Amino acid sequence: MIGEPEAPRRREPPAEPSAEGARPALSDARRGDVAADPGNLPPRPGPEREAAEAPPLIEARDLAMHFRVGRSIAAALRGGGAVVRAVDGVDLALRRGESVGLLGESGCGKSTMGRLLLRLVAPTRGEVRFEGSDLAGLDRAAMRGFRARAQLIFQDPFEALNPRITIRRSLMEPLENARIPRADRQGLIDRAMELVRLPASAEFLDRHPHHVSGGQLQRIVMARALILEPSFVVADEPVSMLDVSVRAGVLNVFRDVRDRLGLTAIYISHDLALVRYVCERTVVMYLGRIVEDGPTEEIVAEPLHPYTRALVAAVPTPHPDQSHDPLPVGRGAPDARNPPPGCRFHDRCPRVHDRCRTEEPRATRIGARTVFCHLHDPA
Amino acid sequence: MTDPLLSVRDLRVAYRVGARDLMAVEGASFDVPRGAIVGLVGESGCGKTTVARTLTRVLAKNARIAGGEALFEGTDILALPERRMNALRWRDIAFIPQSAMNSLDPVYRVGGQILEVLRQRGGLGRRAARDRAAELFEMVGIEPRRLSDYPHQFSGGMRQRVAIALALALEPKLVIADEPVTALDVIVQRQILDTLLDLQRGLGISVILVTHDISVVAYVCDRVVVMYAGKVAEAGETAAVLDLPFHPYSMGLCNAFPDLHGAVGTLTPIEGAPPDLLDPPGGCRFAPRCPFAEARCREADPPLLDRGGHLTACHRAREADALRPLAERVETWAEMA
Repeated sequence: MIGEPEAPRRREPPAEPSAEGARPALSDARRGDVAADPGNLPPRPGPEREAAEAPPLIEARDLAMHFRVGRSIAAALRGGGAVVRAVDGVDLALRRGESVGLLGESGCGKSTMGRLLLRLVAPTRGEVRFEGSDLAGLDRAAMRGFRARAQLIFQDPFEALNPRITIRRSLMEPLENARIPRADRQGLIDRAMELVRLPASAEFLDRHPHHVSGGQLQRIVMARALILEPSFVVADEPVSMLDVSVRAGVLNVFRDVRDRLGLTAIYISHDLALVRYVCERTVVMYLGRIVEDGPTEEIVAEPLHPYTRALVAAVPTPHPDQSHDPLPVGRGAPDARNPPPGCRFHDRCPRVHDRCRTEEPRATRIGARTVFCHLHDPA
Repeated sequence: MTDPLLSVRDLRVAYRVGARDLMAVEGASFDVPRGAIVGLVGESGCGKTTVARTLTRVLAKNARIAGGEALFEGTDILALPERRMNALRWRDIAFIPQSAMNSLDPVYRVGGQILEVLRQRGGLGRRAARDRAAELFEMVGIEPRRLSDYPHQFSGGMRQRVAIALALALEPKLVIADEPVTALDVIVQRQILDTLLDLQRGLGISVILVTHDISVVAYVCDRVVVMYAGKVAEAGETAAVLDLPFHPYSMGLCNAFPDLHGAVGTLTPIEGAPPDLLDPPGGCRFAPRCPFAEARCREADPPLLDRGGHLTACHRAREADALRPLAERVETWAEMA
């Protein structure tokens, strides 16, 4: 299913700018190369059903990543030391064209999750399937194909680009790695620059990174990730290093590109307001586990998990007259080395009861949402 | 009206860059009333951090105060000899740095560092200092038993709280905080902002809060000073400035910020970048990025004018009501790209 990198496909010219939030429908041709692998995704009720019947583009099953953090070299050699369960048993499926926000505090495992989905690291347990194939089983050629189609957009544009080489060279590298014929390269560079709304002029492309503003740099990082026309991108806090005034521009380009290319995207952030701006679905993580998963608007309007409630309540609004409720969460910080037994949030949860201290919550479906919390589990 | 605790007048700070002076702050004026939290906002390079550092007189080696005064309870702290300034530090004016990660000495127990400030600066005895340190930890929401921990045993948010506890140790009148919550997660951020608000209400301290985050300003600041390219663009009560901004730059900042509880809408970027301060444009410094700039904006630098306590430096401030709806549209700013 995943073979040699495909010759760069010319996409049909973009249709009229689509209405706010609307995604262009996927063409039949693109659906056609989806491997038939039914039954992976539990059927969703209601209007979501039709979309849910298509097999996911990428899927994680019982995914886990444990890091050993030895207190000393001797302990590490003996195989001792603490184990951080950065990601610890996550199931996640993304439909084609879906944008999913991975939301959580530092240490919740969201960045590790992104890296696992791109197979930049191999999981301790579980598997990632891309178009139905387990990434662990790919041979070199197939892996190169996957690498071309699944890309990471880095957090820090000032570090993501080599300061010694020109923007043109930075954009050329992925094309060379993917063995794109020389004759096609300039066309792909022009196209990528057009996508991120930057000039493809020789003058601009021959600049070095320090002669470009931060907002433009992040767009170049995006162009570099998009130049092979991937079908899946992971954006890891792509605007956290940028000034507010230029953030909006980068986010607008991200939304626009995703819609025009029909990208499947993971947007990693700790900022729900940003996630809401770019993702229709949000997955909330806490200490290596998913606690809530569902449509972003529903999560913002009525968070079900007590942790999500705390996250939503913690975000201040830019309007001074808005009143704020007291924060519904206990003091303390999550410790990935010693996650508490039972529900991992129980030691900070204002609605904790006995069952939470011993029994891990199961997935409970409520409408379009999945929540892992005993409060919502009828059993 | 009582006198402000701090009154900054026409502050000018230069950095030596090669053989030239870069004016990082050029004529900044603002007041900090007693018991108020004042936000200093703007993009990186606007001079907000330089203002904060100048007020604590902890400046980089190549920086120089080129003019102006900062009257703290009537005394110009910029003109004080270093020995007298040093006596004010911690006792009257305390500083919370941007990254508390680096402000605590990694080889000493956290408690020891607070005890040192309390005993050396505050003249407390051993027992009194220990009790006070425990009290401070409780105040910022850390268990007092953690006083015997080393900095590396604390998370980022906890270290930031330790830095706040340290700053408050001697109950200063003014706390200057440089992006104290920027690197933190939303829940910790909110807890620290709540701690600052409690302290302001409980102890009546004044705070200068340097931030780039409009929602942080909206949440905690009574007043806000918007800086652009080394100058004050707009200043006033937070509600007045954020709800009805007069300066196009403030309008742009507000419209670039996502609101979790409002409509999703479309965010409006401010196209372009701040000017090179080694070679600033003539006239209004925002004119090259301003969609409303006219010929006079490029010719004459607009003065900071007071309109009922709301100060603005914009030639077109009088037309702000008409410009505000235009500033909400992406197309208005896109023309500047």
